[in-house]
Amino acid sequence: METTAFQKIYTRIDQITKATIALHASGVGNEEMALVNDRLAQVVKIEGDLITLQVFSGTEGIPTNAEVVFLGHAPQLSVSDELGGRFFNAYGQPIDGGPEVEGKKVEIGGPSVNPVRRKQPSELITTGIAGIDLNNTLVTGQKIPFFADPDQPYNQVMAMVALRAKADKIILGGMGITNDDYLFFKNVFENAGAIERIISFVNTTENPPVERLLVPDMALTAAEYFAAEKNQNVLVLLTDMTLFADALSIVSNRMDQIPSKDSMPGSLYSDLARLYEKAVQFPDGGSITIIAVTTLSGGDITHAIPDNTGYITEGQLFLRKDTDIGKVIVDPFRSLSRLKQLVIGKKTREDHPQVMNTAIRLFADAANAKTKIENGFDLTDYDKRTMHFAKEYSEKLLAIDINIEIEKMIDTGWELFNKYFSVAEIGIKSEFVEKYGKRNINHKN
Amino acid sequence: MSTKGKITGIISNLVMVEFDGPVSQNEICYIIHSGVKLMAEVIRIGKKTAYIQVFESTRGIKTGTTVEFTGHMLEATLGPGILSKNFDGLMHDLDKMTGIFLQKGDYTPALEEDKLWEFKPLAGPGDEIVAGSWLGEVTENWIPHKIMVPFSFKGTFTVKEISPAGEYKINDTIAVVTDSENTDHNVTMIQKWPVKIPIKAYKEKPRPFNFMETGIRVIDSLNPIVEGGTGFIPGPFGTGKTVLQHALSKQAEADMIVVAACGERANEVVEIFAEFPELDDPRSGRKLMERTTIVANTSNMPVAAREASVYTAMTISEYYRSMGLKVLLLADSTSRWAQALREMSNRMEELPGPDAFPMDLPAIISNFYARAGFVYLHNGQTGSVTFIGTVSPAGGNLKEPVTESTKKAARCFYALSQSRADSKRYPAIDAVDSYSKYLEYPEFQEYMQKNISPDWVENIILAKNILIRGRETYEQINILGDDGVPIDYHVIFWKSEVVDFVILQQDAFDKVDASTPIKRQRYMMDKVLEVYHTDFKFESFEEVNPYFKKIINIFKQMNYSEFESDDFKKYENELRTILQERKKEKTEIV
Ligand SMILES: Nc1ncnc2c1ncn2[C@@H]1O[C@H](COP(=O)(O)OP(=O)(O)OP(=O)(O)O)[C@@H](O)[C@H]1O
Ligand SMILES: [Mg+2]
Repeated sequence: METTAFQKIYTRIDQITKATIALHASGVGNEEMALVNDRLAQVVKIEGDLITLQVFSGTEGIPTNAEVVFLGHAPQLSVSDELGGRFFNAYGQPIDGGPEVEGKKVEIGGPSVNPVRRKQPSELITTGIAGIDLNNTLVTGQKIPFFADPDQPYNQVMAMVALRAKADKIILGGMGITNDDYLFFKNVFENAGAIERIISFVNTTENPPVERLLVPDMALTAAEYFAAEKNQNVLVLLTDMTLFADALSIVSNRMDQIPSKDSMPGSLYSDLARLYEKAVQFPDGGSITIIAVTTLSGGDITHAIPDNTGYITEGQLFLRKDTDIGKVIVDPFRSLSRLKQLVIGKKTREDHPQVMNTAIRLFADAANAKTKIENGFDLTDYDKRTMHFAKEYSEKLLAIDINIEIEKMIDTGWELFNKYFSVAEIGIKSEFVEKYGKRNINHKN
Repeated sequence: MSTKGKITGIISNLVMVEFDGPVSQNEICYIIHSGVKLMAEVIRIGKKTAYIQVFESTRGIKTGTTVEFTGHMLEATLGPGILSKNFDGLMHDLDKMTGIFLQKGDYTPALEEDKLWEFKPLAGPGDEIVAGSWLGEVTENWIPHKIMVPFSFKGTFTVKEISPAGEYKINDTIAVVTDSENTDHNVTMIQKWPVKIPIKAYKEKPRPFNFMETGIRVIDSLNPIVEGGTGFIPGPFGTGKTVLQHALSKQAEADMIVVAACGERANEVVEIFAEFPELDDPRSGRKLMERTTIVANTSNMPVAAREASVYTAMTISEYYRSMGLKVLLLADSTSRWAQALREMSNRMEELPGPDAFPMDLPAIISNFYARAGFVYLHNGQTGSVTFIGTVSPAGGNLKEPVTESTKKAARCFYALSQSRADSKRYPAIDAVDSYSKYLEYPEFQEYMQKNISPDWVENIILAKNILIRGRETYEQINILGDDGVPIDYHVIFWKSEVVDFVILQQDAFDKVDASTPIKRQRYMMDKVLEVYHTDFKFESFEEVNPYFKKIINIFKQMNYSEFESDDFKKYENELRTILQERKKEKTEIV
């Protein structure tokens, strides 16, 4: 980052904590960036002429006579079409060996969209995964996280979703991901021949944790450029938001703020909402969709991070290993896309909602049948049929390695209904049974 | 000369200002930042320093920057033109702002200064009047909007002149009134009022007792609310708070709806923007948007304005109440407002109360709820503000400060249950845990007996008992096994399921089922209780479940059919036949 000749250099630091330094300076703006012995820092507090700076990479080794230069602006990103295909660190600096991006400099974390200028999301996103497209349909402009245990393949699923969704741009915000995961994303994107559509801002476990606070804003600022100015459909992937929130708590603890639940800052809801609400459908066709990952600890969704996330996002997706088929599925019970109502049966075939609900109900009946076995009760004929159905439903639809069109998913649903159940048992409107059921009259009915 | 100040410190959106003249608590001031005025509110005053919360991002602001104090608190602009508008939390008109993004300091006026309104005088020269008296009216959408003596006028006045019927702009003088010291005052069609101060231009505020129909069965038929009453809806995320509030805003029997979207999702407000101009108000036949005003401070808008937004919405509601209207105010979610208070209190390093919320949170919440109510105006007319807020308890745990404080302030409690939501039993209100304190008011009981049904209140108690017994029996069946209990237990349980499926559960997305008029609710309650009072004969427990499932299914078809339509009657007949099948005749009883 360049400094210009007339900038004043301060060389007397008054206080140093693990993450912050304080010094006397004048003419400094709130949230302004600075360099402290070439480390990037940001103004977080101004008391008279005492300025507190948060040093992103930590203060280890910073001497009291370090050189401090204020840069006169908040964190920025250069935006232009040149961003496509590039990899950056949390500061928006290239890490792929390529040149600096030429473009318009915009401050990250900019203003919010006026709610009356938003459009209601209405465009379906297809992923080929039935656990999503059939049961929890996603819509452009939506924000939704995977609630996942750390050992689940959420990054793989997310990469797959991203590549299959027909987005104009995919922007990856990696926070505290392992270097292996980073290379995984890089490989997958390159192999898919999709690299030009992809932009990555990455903070790995090898980088200082506080730096990752900048990542979502970097990714979303780039997203806003393509969605608002170029009317593109942009998909933003944020992984792992739990590590982002952990970084927030590190900073707030070091600033002596009173922690609230689970030692998270009291502003956690607002801090997360500010990011997730960047998801938007613009009137001119551009959109920002956010798919995030929130890792859980011990599956606890009442912890402050998933809890606040759930209050902000438009549903959540759970992954689970189905022991019947030994594969990962999108859990049909706990997952929910709150915006699916806007598209299912409207943009998809009219029997979609009923087929979806019926299949999930039968899947639930199978779960009850399993409980019966565990409790040593006998199974009825119906119970047995639900269990056969459930296995096949998992195999042919829920398994995340299946990739089919929505219409095919609905038809597969019908096939399974026909195979195992009578018309009365599926309880779908007779109009749909006639039109789409393709039932063989001689078959069980 | 108004007071000025200079900025001496900045911590996020808390700014410290050294000032040179008088400053009052909650006074509004403006930071002059790069030629743009940024609005802020004084929240604490020290010896030489005022602490102000800025309703904007403070990015780039420097010490030494000038601050201008205005001498007044945050005010709402009250006059014709409020209906159908979309305001931000500070009552700026969102539609008038330029650009797609909200720009700092883009403060648009709340009302149109040039619009002509058809005015009709209601008072005449010589009339004795007080604050809130009706001087005239204009028609706003379809509501007769009263032009009132400003609420800030103290004492008794006499009308000196009143403008004749005709077209006027909001700033035109439409009356001259004389105070007791013979000084004349001009009255226009607008007035300003500080949002944190309740409007008390009424004669009396009795306990409310008029039933307010919502069309939602689990409310009207089990936990009814009154005109001027208060209620709150706590529930973990995704259990249906917002869907329920939207249903209330569409169906409730009110003249005007004020929706305060406080710190929640922008897409949910967009849904209202998209739907309300299209949907019909079932009572007036006009579009819903015509009776609705939205105050939107969504979660990505400035946090400090969240608190302001609920007060702005309440002030607008009180203003329309003074016109003799029934106003319903909905706020989603009051927890976000409490969190905004917490953020600020932490920044000011105040002594924290439970969960780091400010110590005076209970008082703030109860003072706010106390502004709702049913009133007799000075002219004998009545008006009301009914307030229903949602609460988003952290971790879904109802023993947290916002829920507990609200429980003390609100009279109706509509608890959303995670397990009901998980099993898609919508609306997920737990009818047994929820309550309406109004059921205990003799004046309300009397009102219901006279106007709705002689046994409404008794039926509510009975229905709740059926549900409680059903729940207890279900637990026993689970412990002892299906065949470990008498067949009767299954019957008791399934009778409670009939109440659950037919009365409690209601499909908010179905055209017919979404709203049930009270007459129909009465009819269905009687039908359900008839099933309850019927003795059935079963040979084994295995017969119980399919039989009641059939009954429930027919009932549901009835709920989905137009009341008293051919379909409805057809299902009703079917039901009659099925009930007959297993009815135990009196003679069979040993
Ligand atoms: N009455 C209902 N009928 C059908 N579905 C419903 C109903 N209520 C809620 N739902 C379903 O639950 C979802 C979440 O509901 P809603 O948005 O009202 O939850 P909430 O309690 O407001 O959550 P949050 O606290 O996160 O805002 C809806 O998108 C819808 O799918
Ligand atoms: Mg909600």
